[in-house]
Amino acid sequence: MKRLINRQPSSVTRAFLGILPLVLALLVYQWGSTVRKAENPQDKLLPGFVEIHDAMERMALTPSKRTGELLMWEDTKSSLKRLVSGVAIAAAIGLTVGLLTGAIPLFGASLTPVITVISLIPPMALLPILFIVFGIGEVSKVVLIVIGVAPFLIRDLYQRTCELPREQLVKSMTLGANSGQIIFRVLLPQILPRLFASVRLSLGAAWLFLIASEAVASTDGLGYRIFLVRRYMSMDVILPYVAWITLLAFLIDCLLQQGSKRLFPWYHAAK
Amino acid sequence: MIEFRNLWKNYDDNVVLENLSAQVGSGEFITLVGTSGCGKSTFLKLLLGTEVTSRGSILLDGRPIADEPGPDRGIVFQKYSVFPHLTVRENVALGREFECGPIFGRVFGSARKAILAEADHWLESVGLTPARHRYPHELSGGMQQRLAIAQALIKQPRLLLLDEPFGALDPGIRKDMHQLVLSLWGQHKLTVFMVTHDLSEGFYLGTRLWVFDKCRMDPQAPERFGSTITFDLPVGKTDRQSLDKIKESLARSAQIPVAV
Ligand SMILES: Nc1ncnc2c1ncn2[C@@H]1O[C@H](COP(=O)(O)OP(=O)(O)O)[C@@H](O)[C@H]1O
Ligand SMILES: [Mg+2]
Repeated sequence: MKRLINRQPSSVTRAFLGILPLVLALLVYQWGSTVRKAENPQDKLLPGFVEIHDAMERMALTPSKRTGELLMWEDTKSSLKRLVSGVAIAAAIGLTVGLLTGAIPLFGASLTPVITVISLIPPMALLPILFIVFGIGEVSKVVLIVIGVAPFLIRDLYQRTCELPREQLVKSMTLGANSGQIIFRVLLPQILPRLFASVRLSLGAAWLFLIASEAVASTDGLGYRIFLVRRYMSMDVILPYVAWITLLAFLIDCLLQQGSKRLFPWYHAAK
Repeated sequence: MIEFRNLWKNYDDNVVLENLSAQVGSGEFITLVGTSGCGKSTFLKLLLGTEVTSRGSILLDGRPIADEPGPDRGIVFQKYSVFPHLTVRENVALGREFECGPIFGRVFGSARKAILAEADHWLESVGLTPARHRYPHELSGGMQQRLAIAQALIKQPRLLLLDEPFGALDPGIRKDMHQLVLSLWGQHKLTVFMVTHDLSEGFYLGTRLWVFDKCRMDPQAPERFGSTITFDLPVGKTDRQSLDKIKESLARSAQIPVAV
């Protein structure tokens, strides 16, 4: 018999082992729900799968009585719009500032201390200020995501730019490149795949800021919804919403990963 | 063409090169050898312009050499000489694109076609034509270095600097590469400075052999004295005897720990 550390699961076993914990969790949930319902049929804490199904049908497939919209899709649309614009703006800022501070020492000298200070401010503490300045509309939510994520992206991409081998810069100079050409042709294309990686790492924080700002002041959105129905203890809505948010986060992450592999094959193969 | 005048280089208290003087004519092929850490790379960096001399001067055609790397001096490092995000062909074309696309270093249309054709020509001369659409990570170490050479040559530099370019390659491939460099040097009338860590291999290469070593040695404080050129031999006149002599003298100084 081989040592335990040398035993590799076959692909079927691997899939089975991967799904197993999820199935177990669902079974435990089902059991807990049944036990509580047996004690108190009105129990709301652990709704059964039938209740969850009904709630979903109400949220996702039945037009709302008040507005005539399919609430879950409207929530998803609003939230994704905020998340994507926030992350896209932060990525643009992160790329530009990170690349320039890393590439041009004069920029780096004047901006890195400021960026370090900004990155230490807890973004949630700024939320009231954002509401005061930008109102409670879309802008403040997007800005919160930008403020929360951009400093990390800047610092990470600054680091990645500085890490590129010095030899490459010297080589470019011996090929006659000026600073701008080096930035556009040598640094930027090599930093882009690293931007994808940093954005993937920062998505968790972006979701956090999105849901937090929706919870505080909003009229739609996934975060808004779960905090709204909390008042009625509607676990049958909250739980599937949380699962849906998780699925969305997972899909976005996959999308970025696949996109990066497609766009930068040389980066992924060389690692 | 190049003159080194009483050149000194130190990093704070660490004297790396001391009182080095020499003259090099156009078209020479100089092989540099010496123990590890004796300052060969530092010497190339001075020529390249990424480091400046502490005292003394380097004159190129009578004028002080630029203190920033430029297209008149090509370089091949042991590693990281090629750009991983460009294909083989794009790597070679890049030097010309910088010339023709002043802002973004990009050219399009027929100008690009001409540049690519020129790149293909250089790839042919280093034997990389079949690999021209691949990325560097798909190449072997030897092929990557061939690419780095073609990439440098497209600019037709006055000086070609090679810092242990084949140090990471297998001996057999290293021989082929030496052959390649020699034939390119012959064809294109290059002036070459090549550092190699293997004395016996470097010995028969090129036109001139320089051995870097310390003349004075302080065992307690090895950083007190720097290296200089201790042997300067025309390669045509090299023989077994002088090879043994150099080997012996290098072995002697290698026993005394070199400052790190
Ligand atoms: N940037 C630097 N700062 C301080 N010391 C350096 C620097 N670069 C090289 N040295 C020192 O210079 C000496 C020679 O280094 P180098 O030229 O790389 O030797 P080699 O002959 O092996 O190429 C070494 O002792 C090294 O520690
Ligand atoms: Mg060296």
